[in-house]
Amino acid sequence: MNDMTPTSAERAAKLEGMGCKRKRVEDIRFVQGKGSYVDDLKLPGMLFGDFTRSPHGHARVKKIDTTKAAAVPGVVAVITAETLKTVNLAWMPTLAGDTQMVLADGKVLFQNQEVAFVIAEDRYIAADAADLVEVEYEPLAVNVDPLKAMSDGAPMIREDLKDKTEGAHGKRKHYNHIFSWQSGDKAATDSAFAKADVTIKEMIVYPRVHPCPLETCQCVASFDKVKGELTLWGTFQAPHVIRTVGSLISKIPEHKIHVIAPDIGGGFGNKVGAYPGYICSIVASIVTGRPVKWVEDRIENLSTTAFARDFYMDIEIAATKDGKVTGLRCYTIADHGAFDACASATKWPAGLFSIISGSYDFPAAHVLVDGVYTNKAPGGVAYRCSFRVTEAAYCIERAMDVMAQKLGMDQAEFRMKNLIRREQFPYTSAFGWQYDSGDYQTALKKAMETVGYTKLRDEQKAKREAFKRGETRELMGIGVAFFTEIVGAGPSRACDILGIAMFDSAEIRIHPTGSGICRLGTKSQGQGHETTYAQIIATELGIPADSITVEEGNTDTAPYGLGTYGSRSTPVSGAATAMACRKIKAKAQMIAAFMLEVHDDDLEWDVDRFRVKGNPERFKTMTELAWAAYHQVPPGMEPGLEAINYYDPPNFTYPFGAYICVVDVDVDTGMTKVRRFYALDDCGTRINPMIIEGQIHGGLTEAFGIAMGQEIHYDDEGNVTTASFMDYFLPTAVETPRWETDWTTTPSPHHPIGAKGVGESPNVGGVPCFSNAINDAFAFLGSTHIQMPHDHWRTWMAAEKLGLHA
Amino acid sequence: MIPGAFNYHRPASVAEAVGLLAEFGDDGRALAGGHSLIPMMKLRLAMPANLVDLAGIADLKGVRSDGNAVVIGAMTTQHDLIGSDLLATKIPILRETSLVIADPQVRYLGTVGGNVANGDPGNDMPAVMMCLGATYHVAGKEGERRLPARQFYQGAYITALKTGEVLTAVRIPVPTAGHGYAYEKLKRKVGDYATAAAAVVLTFKGGKVEDCSIGLTNVADTPLWAEEAARILIGSSLDAPIIKRAVAAAEAITSPASDARGPAAYRTKMAGVMLARALTRAKSRAGA
Amino acid sequence: MAKSQVGMKVNGKVVEALVEPRMLLVHFLRDQLNITGPHIGCETSHCGACTVDLDGKSVKSCTMFAVQANGSDIRTIEGMANADGTLHALQEGFREMHGLQCGFCTPGMIMRAYRLLQENKNPTEEKIRYGISGNLCRCTGYQNIVRAIQFAAAKINGVPFREAAE
Repeated sequence: MNDMTPTSAERAAKLEGMGCKRKRVEDIRFVQGKGSYVDDLKLPGMLFGDFTRSPHGHARVKKIDTTKAAAVPGVVAVITAETLKTVNLAWMPTLAGDTQMVLADGKVLFQNQEVAFVIAEDRYIAADAADLVEVEYEPLAVNVDPLKAMSDGAPMIREDLKDKTEGAHGKRKHYNHIFSWQSGDKAATDSAFAKADVTIKEMIVYPRVHPCPLETCQCVASFDKVKGELTLWGTFQAPHVIRTVGSLISKIPEHKIHVIAPDIGGGFGNKVGAYPGYICSIVASIVTGRPVKWVEDRIENLSTTAFARDFYMDIEIAATKDGKVTGLRCYTIADHGAFDACASATKWPAGLFSIISGSYDFPAAHVLVDGVYTNKAPGGVAYRCSFRVTEAAYCIERAMDVMAQKLGMDQAEFRMKNLIRREQFPYTSAFGWQYDSGDYQTALKKAMETVGYTKLRDEQKAKREAFKRGETRELMGIGVAFFTEIVGAGPSRACDILGIAMFDSAEIRIHPTGSGICRLGTKSQGQGHETTYAQIIATELGIPADSITVEEGNTDTAPYGLGTYGSRSTPVSGAATAMACRKIKAKAQMIAAFMLEVHDDDLEWDVDRFRVKGNPERFKTMTELAWAAYHQVPPGMEPGLEAINYYDPPNFTYPFGAYICVVDVDVDTGMTKVRRFYALDDCGTRINPMIIEGQIHGGLTEAFGIAMGQEIHYDDEGNVTTASFMDYFLPTAVETPRWETDWTTTPSPHHPIGAKGVGESPNVGGVPCFSNAINDAFAFLGSTHIQMPHDHWRTWMAAEKLGLHA
Repeated sequence: MIPGAFNYHRPASVAEAVGLLAEFGDDGRALAGGHSLIPMMKLRLAMPANLVDLAGIADLKGVRSDGNAVVIGAMTTQHDLIGSDLLATKIPILRETSLVIADPQVRYLGTVGGNVANGDPGNDMPAVMMCLGATYHVAGKEGERRLPARQFYQGAYITALKTGEVLTAVRIPVPTAGHGYAYEKLKRKVGDYATAAAAVVLTFKGGKVEDCSIGLTNVADTPLWAEEAARILIGSSLDAPIIKRAVAAAEAITSPASDARGPAAYRTKMAGVMLARALTRAKSRAGA
Repeated sequence: MAKSQVGMKVNGKVVEALVEPRMLLVHFLRDQLNITGPHIGCETSHCGACTVDLDGKSVKSCTMFAVQANGSDIRTIEGMANADGTLHALQEGFREMHGLQCGFCTPGMIMRAYRLLQENKNPTEEKIRYGISGNLCRCTGYQNIVRAIQFAAAKINGVPFREAAE
C-alpha cells in the first residue's frame, strides 16, 4: 500500500540513459566562461609565432631577408624554409598522399601561403616583425580555373612533381593532374544511356566554401629539452593522428609526444589535418627551448586552411519515359588547390563521392573524378561533408529535379517512384555500397503530409498565374531533397588514414563506489560527447549518466582513435562504448552470480541490476557489483571492473532524410525569403533528441549560408576576395530561418545500439533542398539549373535572363 | 589583427583636440566611436602615429533644437540617436536609417560624426544628410566652418575636411511636419553595407509632390544627392510612369563598384528599385 | 610608444595596469587579466564573440583599446553568476534550452543578451533575433539561443515560460 519502491521505469528515467533530453555536462563550464580553449592556455616563458605570407597567388621566391624582422626587440627567432630544411621539415606529407610546403621553398603557390615564421615575446611584437620580413618575388602566371588546369600551356603549379607521371593514386595525365578515380560499371552504364528514352545532362558546380568554425586554428607547442619530449596542445579533431604523423615527420618517438586537444570552438572538418602553423610552432619550440603559441586570425583561416567542395560535376541521368531511372554517370573535376591536403581515407581520393546514386535504385552507374592543382589554398574535404557526400547529394538531388522537370513530373512524385524500397534493404548500390537499413517511402510520405505538399503546389500554381498577370513580383519555390548519407568511417578493409585503420575506441573503468570514467578516441568540438556517451553507458550498465565522466583529447590517456569528423563518433566510438559496456556487464554478471550463489544463466538484467529469474527480490545493483569487484571477486577472477573496446565497424551506416522547404523570391531584387523549412531525419537510434535537434539546426544554418551566399572566391590574378566576414556570408539570427525538425527511426542492424550518426545530415540535405527551392521558383519559366550560391545578384541575373524585368 | 603602435591623446575640449590634430597633421587621426578606424588599424590599412580620442569632450555630445533646426553633436552615438524622442518626432528618417546601420554593439559606440565625416561611400548617414540638406560644423586651427553636406563628399575617403579639422556637429533643418520619408536599404545581411540604398524625404500638397529630396548610398565612390530625379517628381502624384522616369534619372548618376554584393549593372538597378520602394513608402507616410 | 596607466573595474574588482595604447581591450582582459571568457573569432569586428558589458553598453572588446576603457565599469561572463554562486537566469536558460554547443560564442552571446534584456524586458522573437544580430554562432542556428533568452526573460520577469509546441 505504501510501497515506495521505484518501478523499473522510474529507475530507468533516473539514469538519464539513451533517448532522453539529458542536459549537457559541458554547458556548466561554458556558460560561465570557464571553457579551456587553446588560446586560454598560458605557460611560463611562452612565445608567440606569426606568419609572413605571400601577397601573390603564384610567384618565385627570389630572396627572403629576415634581418629587419630579427632585429625588432623582443623577436627571438625567424624561421624560413632554409631553417626547416635542416630538420627535413620544409615539406610535410599530407593526408591524401601528397606533400605540402610548410614554408615557401623557392615558390609560393597560393595567396597568403606561409613564407616565414616569426617568434617573439608577445603577439604584438610578432605581428610587427612579420611585416618586416622582406621578400623578393617574381610573379608567375596564375590559374584559378580548374577547368583550364589540364589545358596545354596552363601554368605549371607543382614543379616539384614535374617528372612524376605517377601520383599517390595512380597515373597522372598532365602536370597539373593529381589523380583519376572511378567507380561503377562503365559498360553497363553506357549501355543504359544508349537505350534510354529520356536523358538529362547538367553541369552542377559546388563552389569552394569554408567551414569557418568560430574559433580559428591554433596550437601551443612545448618541447622539453631535458626529457626530449614534446607536448602539443591544439585544435585537433583527431589528436592521435596528429601524434602519429607528428612522430613520423619529426622523428621524435611517439611515446615522447603528448598531444592534447582541449575544448575546441567548432571544427566542422577544418581542424582535422596538420597545418604549417603547428609544424613551425613545434620547430620553434625545439629551437628556442620555450613554449610557442600560434593563433591564426580569421583571414588566415578562411584563405589558407582546409576549404571545402570546389567540385565541377557533369552529371547525366537516364530514365524510361514513365519516370524510372535506369542509369547515372558523372564526370567531375575536383579543384584541390596547390597541394592535395584533403582529409580523406587513403584509398578514396574523392572521398565517398560514389554515394551519388543517393536514395534511388539506379541499376547502372559510373563516376569518374579527376583531381587538379590550381593556385588556391590546399584541402578539399571539410565542412560537415562526410567525405564528399555533400557534393554527391547536391549533385544527385539537383539532377533528379532536372530530370523530373524534363519528364513533366512533380519532383516528390518522381522521387517516390525511384526511392529504394524497404524490402530491398540491405541494399547494394550500383557502386557496391551496402546500405544498412531504411524506409524511405514512409519518411517522404510523412514529410509531404506534414507540410501539406499538395496544398503548397496548388498555392504555387495560383501564385504563378498571379505573377503572369502582373499581380505579384514574387515567385514561390518548393524544394524537395531526399538524401542518403554514408558515415561512420569505417571498416578497416576500406578505410585507413595514412595506413592506420579507421576503427575507434572506448575505455571504461568503473570505480569501487559505482561511478566511472570513459575515455574515447573521438574528440568533440561541440557535439556534446561528455553528455551522450554517458547516456549510452547509463542504459547499458544501469549507472546514472551523471556518475560517468567522459574524457577525450589527451593522447596519453585516451585509447587510440581516429577522431571526430564524418559523423563517425556515434557509429564507431558509440559502438565501442556499447561493446566495452557489454564486457563489463558480462563480468558483473559473473560477480552477481557468485554473490547470489546462482548460475550466470539464472540471472536476468533489470535496468540497473541483475536479479534472479523468478525471484526478483534477490538482486545485486551495479553499485553493489562495482564494490564487489574491488572487494571480493569470484576465485580465479581478476579484481577491478573495466574494459576497453576497439571497434572495427563491419560497415558504414546510412542515415537519411526528407527535407522540404518553401521560399518566396523577390524577382526585382533577387532576395529570397525562406517561408518554411521542414527537416525529417532518420539517424537510427536517437541517443539525445535535444542534441540531435541542435545538430540539425546548426547544420541547416550552415547549409543556408552555403546555398544562399557563401563562396571562397578567387579573381583571375589569384587574389582571394572573400576571406573575411565582410564578405564571407555567415548569417546572423535575423537571416537564419526557423527550423522544423522531425524524425523516423530505422535502426542500423549492424550497430550495437542501432545508431547511425547525424551531425552532417543537415548540411548534406539542406543545401540541395534550398537550391532546389530557388530553382523550382523559376522552373515554370523554362529554367533548368541556376548555380549556387543563390545570393541576391545571381538570383536577379537568373530573373533577368528569363526576361522578367522587361 | 594587431594594430601598429601609436601615441594616445584624450583632449578635454574641442580647442585642445583641434590643437593636437593641427600639430600632428597627417600623422594624426581623430578617434570617435572607433568602429570604422579601429578595424582598419587592425588590418594595418591605417597606421596613424597619433590618435586623438574625442570621447572626453562633453561639448560634442547631445541632440538639441535650435530654431527650425536640430543640432546633433558629432559624438552622438547611433544608440543615442535611436533613443532621441526629439529626432523621432521631428526627423524620423534618422532613426529608420540608424536601425539598419551595423549591429547593436556597433551602434552603442559608433557616432553620427564618424559615420558622416570619414568619407566611406558605404556609410548610410551621408546620403541621408544630403537628402536632408544638412550642414556640417567643422572646427580647425583657423576657426569654425560650416559645410553643406551636399558639397562635402569628393571621392572615396576624400571629403572637404582639411587635415587638422574635426567635425563637431551636424545641423539639420527640420522637414515640414507631416512629411513623408523612407530609407530603403538592400543588403546581404544585417551589418552589411548597402548593396544600394535610397533616402527619400518629400511633402505632398493637394495630392501632388511639393518638395522632394533623394539621397543614394554606396552606388558611387561618394554618396549621391539625386537632384534631377527629385526635380522630376515635383508636381506629380507619384504615379508609376513618373517614378519610372525618376528611377532612370537616379540610375544615370550611379557608378557603383562591382564587388561581392554584385556587378555594377545590378547595383545600379537596385538603386532604382530601392528608390521606387522608398518613394512608395514615403508617399504612404505622408498620408497622400 | 610609451605605456599608459589605466584603471577600471572588471567584474566588480578594481584593476590598475600599464598598457601600450594599442593594446586591444580584449587582449588586455584575456592576456593581462586572465579573464578568458571573452573570445576572439575575427579581426573585422563582425562576430561578437568578444562582447562585454561596459558602462551599460554592449561593446565588442576587440574594437576598443584598453586606454579608451580607462575609468569604465566592465562586466564579462565571469561576472554573471549570482553572489551565492548560482547561475544567472541567462546562464541557466542557455543550458535548459541547449543554446550552445561548442561554447565559443556563448560568453559574448550571453553578455549581449544581458544588455538586450535590460533594454527590453520582454522582447518578441523578432526583437531577440535583431537584438543579437551582432553575435555570430556557427553551431546552434540561433533557434535555441532565442529560446534560452526567452526562458531567461520569463524567469527574470517572474512569469512562467511557455515552450512552443514540440
